[in-house]
Amino acid sequence: METRNLEKVYRMGDVEVRALRGVSLTIAAGDFVAVMGASGSGKSTFMNLIGCLDRPTRGSYRMAGRDVGKLSRDQLARVRGEQIGFVFQGFNLLPRTNALENVELPLLYQGIGSKERHRRAAEALERVGLGDRLDHTPAQLSGGQQQRVAIARALVNRPTLLLADEPTGNLDSRTSVEVMGIFQELNEQGLTVLLVTHEPDIAEHARRVVTFKDGLLLSDLTPPRRRLAREELQEQTA
Amino acid sequence: MNAIASIRTALRALRKNKLRSLLAMLGIVIAVAAVMATVSIGQGAQAKVAQQMESLGANLLMVLPGSIAMHGVATGSGATQNLTRDDAAAIERELTSSVAAVAPINRTGAQIVYGDQNWFTQVQGTTAAYLQVRNWPLAQGEAFGREEDASAAKVCLLGKTVVDKLFVPGTPVIGEQIRVKHVPCKVVGILAAKGQSFGGQDQDDVIVMPWSTVVRRLIGSQADTVGQMMISARSSDQVSDAEREITALLRQRHRLSEQAEPDFQIRNLAEMQDAAKQSTETIATLLEAVAAISLIVGGIGIANVMLVSVTERTREIGIRMAVGGRGRDILFQFLTEAVLLASVGGMIGLTLGIGVSKWMAARGGWPTLLSPPVMLGTMLAAGFAGVVAGFYPALRASRLDPIEALRFE
Repeated sequence: METRNLEKVYRMGDVEVRALRGVSLTIAAGDFVAVMGASGSGKSTFMNLIGCLDRPTRGSYRMAGRDVGKLSRDQLARVRGEQIGFVFQGFNLLPRTNALENVELPLLYQGIGSKERHRRAAEALERVGLGDRLDHTPAQLSGGQQQRVAIARALVNRPTLLLADEPTGNLDSRTSVEVMGIFQELNEQGLTVLLVTHEPDIAEHARRVVTFKDGLLLSDLTPPRRRLAREELQEQTA
Repeated sequence: MNAIASIRTALRALRKNKLRSLLAMLGIVIAVAAVMATVSIGQGAQAKVAQQMESLGANLLMVLPGSIAMHGVATGSGATQNLTRDDAAAIERELTSSVAAVAPINRTGAQIVYGDQNWFTQVQGTTAAYLQVRNWPLAQGEAFGREEDASAAKVCLLGKTVVDKLFVPGTPVIGEQIRVKHVPCKVVGILAAKGQSFGGQDQDDVIVMPWSTVVRRLIGSQADTVGQMMISARSSDQVSDAEREITALLRQRHRLSEQAEPDFQIRNLAEMQDAAKQSTETIATLLEAVAAISLIVGGIGIANVMLVSVTERTREIGIRMAVGGRGRDILFQFLTEAVLLASVGGMIGLTLGIGVSKWMAARGGWPTLLSPPVMLGTMLAAGFAGVVAGFYPALRASRLDPIEALRFE
């Protein structure tokens, strides 16, 4: 994944807001990158562009050798459906819809038959440890469980890139570490993870931390002591 | 997303908000029910009119004496006695290509007596052609023929009502002697029941006798004048030909000059039918207009609910887009919901409409006709209303920006 001089300009009334002012970043397959920055630093805008939810005003964004910055709306939707999994701060599950159906949602748009959908959704939920909660609606699940359903939904289409936007923002610290554990585990299995957060200790779970400021890349570091969720959890229980 | 999956998704969405879905449907339900009820009742009425027309006779023409002016004073129609049996015979003889049968008719009222029962009824003096012209079969017995007419035979055919009034049910009727005024008559046949006429008269309250028996024996006249003639054309296409030819022949026989007003008049049943048809068509047009308006109102109801639904579910739309839903998937989803609302509403309305029209039919004695094309048409119209009503809200949903939709609270 490679961005070159990525720029995004929003128009708010008469005022032009330059949310990104030229960001060049390369993310290798299998990497785990945390994006940090204060609000207004452009990190969310960057995330939306990387997630193919939006198109850059200038600059290029190549994904697996393909210039996705120039795709049409429908083509972008396809890329999202096939290559990207999203995890949001607010979980963004469909209310009054059970876990299984929530996880099936991405497959619905890929024309996969209902049997295969059920199988893959159940498998994804199994993977995040919710194999016994398939028919629970979001209201019947705790915050951590809801976020895990959202992760299962992000995984079900077997993406190459997992995008997490403040995934621990609504969770307590222990559950946050659990969620980071899932991400680390997935990353070890080869999934590229891009995590947006403003909590330094959450960012330290990544292999690489990039920081944004005023629409520009401020720093790109490797955490000196990477946190491993597995160990943290063991310490807490001990 | 395939069709089955989207219908399932749409059904799930509609079920989640049952009351709102029900209210959205209500307009269409009422529209379709009203259309079904009014159309089937209207068609029933139309069929009833047609049936009554048909019972008058097939391809019928009526020739009546006209008005004449004497010294500048015009008489009313039917005041003259200028149609004769010879006229009738001439029409039958000379216009064989267009005329199938001619029945001269003279009427009189008579008290009839059988045993200790008596009844006052109308007596039609006519020929055997009458039954053919009026398309009136016999329930029992046999009709009289030319000989009975020639000899003024004392025979009669009884209408159903007359039989009911005079005879005890189950006792033999054919061959019995009844008295018509002072003339004893043998019953040779019973007419099949015909029911009410267009004007509401009981057509079965009648006795049919040979023309000469009625005129010579009951009325006591030696004249050859005929009260009216009922003529049937060979086919419905030939009714107007027959009318023209009869006019020409009668003018010639009555020695009328080119300019003279005819001294007879011809009434064409087709004209009456046309008039009746025209009025029912006007009503049908009116009903269609009402139907169209109510479907539009129903559609607006659905559009309104769908618009609210799209706004309320903005976040859901954002989620669907984020996980790979394309604009057209979203469009199709909301359109499916609207069409489902409309068609389910249409189905409920259809059932309701059929129920109402059956109830009305039972209550008002209408024949209710439920025509499958009308049902299908109404359902299609309801579905179409759903598509039209759902399109704009669905389009709005499909054009949402995923980022903003996801941020929507």
